[in-house]
Amino acid sequence: MAQARKISEPTNIAWEQRKRRFLPYAYLSPTLLLLAALTVVPILTVFLYSLVDNVIVNPNPPQFVGLENYEEVLTNRKFRGALSNTLYFALVSVAVHFVIGLSFALLLNSRLLGDNVKAIFRVIYILPWVFTASIIAILWRLLLNPHGVVNFVLLELGLVPELMEWLSDRKLALNAVTFINIWAGYPFYLVSFLAGLQGIPEDLYESGRVDGGNAWQLFLHITLPQLRPIIISLALLDFIWTIHQFTLIWMTTGGGPLRSTEVLSTYTYKAAFSSHEYSIASTIAMVILAICTVVAIFYVRSQRMADE
Amino acid sequence: MIGSRRQILVRKILIWIALILGACFAGLPVVWMVASSFKSNLEIFAYPPALIDYSFSFDAYRAVLGDPQRLRFFFNSYLVAILVTICTVVTSILAGYSFSRYDFRFKKILNLIIIGVQSVPPITLMIPYFGLIVWLGIYNSYAALVLTYMVFTLSYAIIMMTGYFNTLPRDLDEAVMIDGGGSFVTLWRILVPISLPGIVAVGVYTFMLAWNEFLFALTLTRTNDMRTVPIGIHLLMGQHSFEWNQMLALSVLGSLPVLVLFLLFQRYFIAGMSAGSVKG
Repeated sequence: MAQARKISEPTNIAWEQRKRRFLPYAYLSPTLLLLAALTVVPILTVFLYSLVDNVIVNPNPPQFVGLENYEEVLTNRKFRGALSNTLYFALVSVAVHFVIGLSFALLLNSRLLGDNVKAIFRVIYILPWVFTASIIAILWRLLLNPHGVVNFVLLELGLVPELMEWLSDRKLALNAVTFINIWAGYPFYLVSFLAGLQGIPEDLYESGRVDGGNAWQLFLHITLPQLRPIIISLALLDFIWTIHQFTLIWMTTGGGPLRSTEVLSTYTYKAAFSSHEYSIASTIAMVILAICTVVAIFYVRSQRMADE
Repeated sequence: MIGSRRQILVRKILIWIALILGACFAGLPVVWMVASSFKSNLEIFAYPPALIDYSFSFDAYRAVLGDPQRLRFFFNSYLVAILVTICTVVTSILAGYSFSRYDFRFKKILNLIIIGVQSVPPITLMIPYFGLIVWLGIYNSYAALVLTYMVFTLSYAIIMMTGYFNTLPRDLDEAVMIDGGGSFVTLWRILVPISLPGIVAVGVYTFMLAWNEFLFALTLTRTNDMRTVPIGIHLLMGQHSFEWNQMLALSVLGSLPVLVLFLLFQRYFIAGMSAGSVKG
């Protein structure tokens, strides 16, 4: 941007120029200070911890071990279990979030519904988003309790043979927490898709109809391609957030039974605060960071493309 | 043609069925939670279940609201969330102004870092935080919570604020500058007042994130006088006998602030939700 002010004295111009160069950083300084102290420094610290043995509470002096911790973690069976649970949890969540979010958005976008109807149902559909993870955990522990209402309904309908231990059966628990996460997270997609659908120009559909396309073809060849940038950034962001998820699992199953719902975040928490193996916990934390960073790079790229 | 009356009627009926099924999926769990909070603890898992039964009372709410310790959880949650909101809004206005109105050497890379912060897993930061917060001498204090929460609210807020400022024409601030106003005056007198919708969206979203935070509230506080509502719920769950009705009453009360914000500021709330994925 060119200079906005016209000042005749040369010293003033130099001063103004210097001020102009310095000002943007001044405005950013609170942000940069906070992020440096509470993001950059901690990440460097975790990285350092992951290369050292005997950190924090340990009578022995710290010892540099290079990548040994990584070797130990990556070959550990518990870690692999947690990694595969995390990927399952995240991928299924993202996929079903997408399907539910898009279906609800298309429904709410229907021209056959009045504006008031749409407004009321929009509020209901977004409702799960309002609740915090610890409350969602309580809510579903109430519903999925063996003597809870979900079992009652399913049993009455003949859909289950007996009272199911949704959250404490090793075979069911991971799917149960994934389901809870699906319920909690789809409104994020719904809202973004609603905004996206409203941005698709109506004449695209008009010309599609003139060409003889039916509803399904219009959806496939107009709606989906038009929503593509939103779909990509939603999926990547949601994938990252689901990997971050700690509270929901911590408060429903705590990673159990028998580690069947152990994800990387609960595994890290236990390694740090139950076993006090801070080096190992830091190493797992670095692995999670690496996964999220890779996905984030794709996210930033997709955002850039949307900018252009 | 597509538009015969009968076909439209059939489609309308199908849409309504789907609409109501969806509403049950989204809303019934919540209805059940609220209804259960009015039951006595014995009737929570009664067979057969009833939405409202003979034990309907406000006892659980009385128990929660009559307990000074739990009221303190609410006070803490409000205080922390409001402080985080104010600090985040101010900081993100300054940062957003810088990104939107200036060109400078490290702009691109700083912008990237701020977007990237969103992807840093909270659990990764938690291990060093504990030591860092103790070292700073703010362990078990409001300051610890406010500063940490800002790490997770700021990047979102800055992205939203920058986006909002970008929609405002630059001629606006240049006119004020020519009249002799400094950049700071321009920002506060001109840009901030007309950016109110964007600021409200940032504020509502920040409040929600701060109100809901769990992991750091759990690790960075030790005494009950510093704990927030989500931790209060967690503490109730850790007890030997589950006081389900009180837990649910606490949950309902704990959801009210965000619910009210959502209903009052729906448009802004939704703008905050979709800011990360939809490019305006």
